[in-house]
Amino acid sequence: MTAADIVIAALGVVAVGSGVMVVTTRQLVHAALWLVVSFGALAASYVVLAAEFVAWVQVLIYVGAIVVLLLFGIMLTRAPIGRSEDLDSGNRIVALVVAVATAAVLVTTLVRGFRDAYFPLKARVGSGSSATVGASLFRYWVLPFEALSVLLLAALIGAIVLSRSDIGPERPVEDADDLKPPKRPRPRPGVALARLRPRNADDEDTIVLSRIDEEA
Amino acid sequence: MHLVYPVVISALLFSVGVYGVLARRNAILVLMSVELMLNAVNLNLVVFDMRWADRLHGGQVLTLFVIVLAAAEVGLGLALVLLIYRNRQTVDVDRLRTLREREAEEGVRQ
Repeated sequence: MTAADIVIAALGVVAVGSGVMVVTTRQLVHAALWLVVSFGALAASYVVLAAEFVAWVQVLIYVGAIVVLLLFGIMLTRAPIGRSEDLDSGNRIVALVVAVATAAVLVTTLVRGFRDAYFPLKARVGSGSSATVGASLFRYWVLPFEALSVLLLAALIGAIVLSRSDIGPERPVEDADDLKPPKRPRPRPGVALARLRPRNADDEDTIVLSRIDEEA
Repeated sequence: MHLVYPVVISALLFSVGVYGVLARRNAILVLMSVELMLNAVNLNLVVFDMRWADRLHGGQVLTLFVIVLAAAEVGLGLALVLLIYRNRQTVDVDRLRTLREREAEEGVRQ
């Protein structure tokens, strides 16, 4: 067992443990923060595996963008900040059985298949640098790369179309009423002169001036 | 380096994600569990790319592609979740059963 094996095993314990915390914690915000720990441990294990560029992309996009997006989702759905007891559905036992069965099958197969598989990590140093990955990305994988950029654009437009409420199909009437600006009381004649004052006049001045106008 | 350790870690992380997808009620937590599963696959891809170390570096490039796909998926998924929240005032996947056949006939909403 080399040093890299030990480090990978330790990082794996952190990643899997915080993953378990993500799926078992009772607080929504804590789940997102445990997700940061899990992704960070995975990024560190990419560094150990000599894939530096992927590790930094992981940190930038997963930890930097996706977790922030998930936190925004938590906030925008007005999720409870403290403990909430109803985060798990009724089929927890079934889910546990399925997950344990998946883990058992996968781990058994992988351990039996790769029990004697070793690879020289020292010979791989540099094969995960940005120069190498960039060269292979733009030499051999240009077409998928461009297709992926189009897909990202489509997802962006789709998200905009979904989240804007003024485009798309007609909504029910009671929803449409909410979108209109609230009705203002019509200005009385005495107030009309007061409205001519600059906008930064505060309300007290306006009221006083309108009373003066009414008396006049 | 022994190949078993990262591969087993990836399998365990995938199972944790499976448990989260099946057991959680909140739609955002389901999305988080999907992210865990995608990350498990990413670890697998990187490990096997480092094992074979061919000229194409397909594993690492595919990892980058999966990360981009995950970003697109989370963006669209959160837009859908917010739309559901705006229309239903809930994001519990247990309560979104209008597509279920028996109860749709009874007119049960949510």
